[in-house]
Amino acid sequence: MTIEIKTSTIQPIRNTFAHIERRFGDKPASRYQEASYDLAPTTNFHYRPLWDPERELNDPGRTAIDMEDWYAFRDPRQYYYGSYVQARAKLQEITESNYAFFIRRDLASRLPGAAREKIVRCLLPLRHLEMGANMNNVFGSAYGIGTVLTQAFLYNGMDRLGIAQYLSRIGLILDGNSGDTLKAAKTSWMEDPLWQDLRRYVEDVLAQKDWFEVFVAQDVVLDTLVYDIFYRQFDETMTDAGAGDLAMLIEFMQEWHKETSRWVDTVIKIAVAESDANREQIAAWVSDWKQQALAALGPLAAEAVGPDAINASAEVLNKRLAKAGL
Amino acid sequence: MSKVYMALQDNEEAHYLVEALEEDNPDVTVDYQPAMIRIENEDRLVLKRETVEEKMGRDWDLQSLHVNLVTIGGNVDETDDEFTLSWN
Amino acid sequence: MAARKLNLKERYSLLTRDLDWEYSYRDKKEIFPYEDFEGIKITDWSKWEDPFRLTMDAYWKYQAEKEKKLYAIFDAFAQNNGQQNVTDARYVNAIKVFLTGVSPLEYQAYSGYAHVGRQFSGVGARTACQMQSIDELRHVQTQVHAMSHYNKFFDGFQDFSHMHDRVWYLSVPKSFFDDARSAGPFEFMVAISFSFEYVLTNLLFVPFMSGAAYNGDMATVTFGFSAQSDEARHMTLGLEVIKFLLEQHPDNVPIVQRWIDKWFWRGTRLLAIVAMMMDYMLPNRVMSWKEAWEVYFEEAGGALFKDLARYGIEMPKYAATAIAEKDHISHQAWSIFYNYGHAAAFHTWMPGEKEMDWLSEKYPDTFDKFYRPRFEHWREKEQAGERFYNPTLPMLCNTCQIPMGFTEMDDPSLIAYRQSVYKGERYNFCSDGCKDIFDHEPEKYVQSWLPVHQIYQGNCGGADIEKVLSEYYRINMGRDNLDFHGSPDEARWNEWHNLQSAEDRLKKAG
Repeated sequence: MTIEIKTSTIQPIRNTFAHIERRFGDKPASRYQEASYDLAPTTNFHYRPLWDPERELNDPGRTAIDMEDWYAFRDPRQYYYGSYVQARAKLQEITESNYAFFIRRDLASRLPGAAREKIVRCLLPLRHLEMGANMNNVFGSAYGIGTVLTQAFLYNGMDRLGIAQYLSRIGLILDGNSGDTLKAAKTSWMEDPLWQDLRRYVEDVLAQKDWFEVFVAQDVVLDTLVYDIFYRQFDETMTDAGAGDLAMLIEFMQEWHKETSRWVDTVIKIAVAESDANREQIAAWVSDWKQQALAALGPLAAEAVGPDAINASAEVLNKRLAKAGL
Repeated sequence: MSKVYMALQDNEEAHYLVEALEEDNPDVTVDYQPAMIRIENEDRLVLKRETVEEKMGRDWDLQSLHVNLVTIGGNVDETDDEFTLSWN
Repeated sequence: MAARKLNLKERYSLLTRDLDWEYSYRDKKEIFPYEDFEGIKITDWSKWEDPFRLTMDAYWKYQAEKEKKLYAIFDAFAQNNGQQNVTDARYVNAIKVFLTGVSPLEYQAYSGYAHVGRQFSGVGARTACQMQSIDELRHVQTQVHAMSHYNKFFDGFQDFSHMHDRVWYLSVPKSFFDDARSAGPFEFMVAISFSFEYVLTNLLFVPFMSGAAYNGDMATVTFGFSAQSDEARHMTLGLEVIKFLLEQHPDNVPIVQRWIDKWFWRGTRLLAIVAMMMDYMLPNRVMSWKEAWEVYFEEAGGALFKDLARYGIEMPKYAATAIAEKDHISHQAWSIFYNYGHAAAFHTWMPGEKEMDWLSEKYPDTFDKFYRPRFEHWREKEQAGERFYNPTLPMLCNTCQIPMGFTEMDDPSLIAYRQSVYKGERYNFCSDGCKDIFDHEPEKYVQSWLPVHQIYQGNCGGADIEKVLSEYYRINMGRDNLDFHGSPDEARWNEWHNLQSAEDRLKKAG
C-alpha cells in the first residue's frame, strides 16, 4: 500500500523566470540554471570606469576571444554557491580527518630525512605559486563575461587560497609550528635558482591584461604541468622513498585537480570550437606559455622527481590540448 | 558611552551563547524579538569560549559563532578564546 | 618534538599574509596599476588588521552548514505552497521591488569585490575582499532561489534582470552601484564597505527582513537571517577599511571625508524606495521609516561617528537634511510610484482608512498636513472609476535619477530644484547633495543613462509609451502593472483563499 500525501493543489502561472524560459523552454529550471544564466548586467551602463575609461564596466572587449554567447560555458559540475560550498565541505571534512590522523600518529617523525628535505624544498614553495593562482583566477572572475564563467573563476580562486593554506599547514606539521619550514620555503621561492624561472613565469602572468590569456597561462598550461609533476609524479617518488604518508596531506589537491580539470577542459574546448579566430589565438597563447612553462619547470621537475618528469608532464598537457581541439 | 550589540538567531545553540554572555557581562540587556535575540551592553561585550563550553557541556569552536550571528555593532577583536565588541 | 601552540592571529598570518612576496621580475605597478590615481597614500600595508580570521577550510565548513539549513527551508516553503501564508498579496509587491532592485546590486557587489580583491597590493585586504565577493554571489543566488517560488505564482518577478538594466526606477539602484564600481578601488571601499555595508546596511536589511517576518514570508526571512552573519563580516571589513585609510596618512582624511559625504547622500537617496516600502507596502507594519531612521542612523550612526572623530572625520554633510527628510521621504516616494503605477512592474494602491490613521500617528507633524489630502483625493478618484495615472514623464535628478518629487525642508510644499550648467548644458538635481556630487566630477555624471531622456531620444523603442513599457521594458501590461485592485495577483489570491472581491460579489448578486 502506498501512502500519498495530498497537499492543496494550486497551479503555478509560470515555470521559471522569463530569461530562463527564453533559453531553455517553458519548463521548471534547475537551481544551477536560475542562479547562473542572464544575471550579469549587459547594457546601459551609466559611467565608464575611471580605472579603464576606454571600456564599459562589463565589457567583452577585455579579451581577444570572441563568443556569440558567453553563456555557452556551462560548468559540467553545475556549481552555484550552495552546491560549491557543500562539495568543498565534504572534501574538507575528509582532509581534516587525514591531517588530524597524521598529527595524532606523529607521522612526520616517520618521514625519512631526505624526503622531508625534498618536501620543504620542492613542495612547500608551491604555496606562493598558489597565491599567484588565486590572484589570476580572481582576475578572470572580475573581468570575465557571463556568470557561468565568472563564478567558476571565483570558486577556483578561493580554492587556490585553500590549497595554499593546506600547503602551509603541511609545513607547520613538519616544523612543529615553529614556522621554520615556511621561512625556508619562502627563501627558496625568492632565491633558490631552482625556483626563479617559475617565479618569473608567475609574475609575468600576473602582469597580463587579457583575462582569457591569463586563464590559458595559469589554469590550462601551468596547472596541468604543476599538478602532474608535484601531485602525481612527486607523490609516487615520495612513496618509493618511504614517505608515502605524505599522500594523506595532498589528497585534497589531487581530488580538487581532477574535478576542476573537467571545468577547464570544457572552457577551452568550447572557446576553441567557436571560431577559427579563437582557435588561432588560443593556440598562439598555448604555444608561447607552454614553452616558457616547460623551461621554467624543467630543472625543478628533475630535482623533485627525475630527468623524465618534465617530458611526462608535457605528454599529459599535450593530451589535454588535443582533447580540446588544439 | 556608546552601546555595542550582537544579534543572534533564536535557536538552541544561541541560548547557550546568551547564558555565557549574561555570565561574563553582568550589566548586559537581552531582548527577545521575532526569531532573533539582541544583546546590548555599554562600551564592551565579550563572548568567552570557555564559558560557552561550560554551559553546553561539550567542546565549542568560537568561529562557529558565524553560523548563528545576525548582526553586530562595535569594533571586533577575535582570538581563539574570546570574541569582543567595543567602542572607544 | 612537541608542537608549540599558535594563536589565531599568528596562524592566520602564516596562512594568508605570508603567502605574498615582493615581486622582482615585474614592476609592482604592472601588477597593481590602480592604487595611485585616487591620491590615497598607503605607507604600510602590514598595518592592515584582518577583520575576521577565517581560513578557507572553516569558510567552506560553516557556509555549507548554513546552506544546508537554508535550502531545506526553501524546499519546505515550496512543497507547502508557503506563498499562501503571507498576510496578503499586496505584501508580495515589496519583494518584487527587492528582486528587481536589490538582488542585481548583490551581483554588482560580487563583481566589484572581485575587482578590488585582485587590485589591492595588500594581501590582507585582497583576501577579505575576495571573501566578500563570494559572499555576495551567495546572496544574489540565494535571493533568486528564494524568490523563484514566488515567481511561479505572482506577476512582476519574471524579467528582473532585463528590467534592472532598463526600467526607469531601477536606474536608481543601477546607477548607484555603477558609480561605485566605476570609481577607484579605495572609493569603492568607502562607498560600499563603509557607507553602505556599515553605516546604512540596517536601513536596507531590517525593513525587508523584518517586513518579511511580520508578513509571513518564511522564504525571505530565512534568507535574511542566513545572510546576516555574512553581513557581520562585511561590517567589520567596512570599519577596518575606514580606520586603516585614516591611520595610513593624514592626506587621506579630506579625500575620505568627501567620499563619506557623497556616499551617505547617494545611499540616503537610494533608501527612499525602502522607506516607502516600510510605510506603504507592508500589511503588517514593523515600524515607521522615521523610527527606523532614528534607531539605525541617528543613534547607531551617532556612536560610530563619535568613534571616528579622533581621526578628524565629521558626520556626513547633509546629514541634517536627511534627518529632516525622515518625516517626508516615504510619502513623497509613494506618491511618485502611485502616479506611475502604469509604468511599474509591481502594483500600487491607496492606503486604507486604518492605514492612513497609522501614518497620521507615526508622522504627526507632516502626514495630515501635506499628504493625507492628496491621498484622499486620489482615493475619491479611484472610487469614481478614475484611478489617476500620470500621462507625462517626470524630470529625473541627474545624479540619483529619482523623479524630482522631493521638497525643500524649510517649505515642504515647494519642490526642491537645483541646477548646474556645464559645457553649455543645463543639469537638474533634487537636492544640494546631488548637485555637489555632480559639481565635483561633472565628466562622470554627464554620462548618466537617464531613462526619461533615453525614452525621449528614441533609444527605448516606442514610439508610444505603451510600446516602451511592453517591448523595451518587457512589462506584461495589465498583469505586472497598474493598481493592485483589479490585478490578476489579487484575483488569484482571492481564489486561493476562497475570498470574493467586492466586484465579484456584486456580479454574482446579479
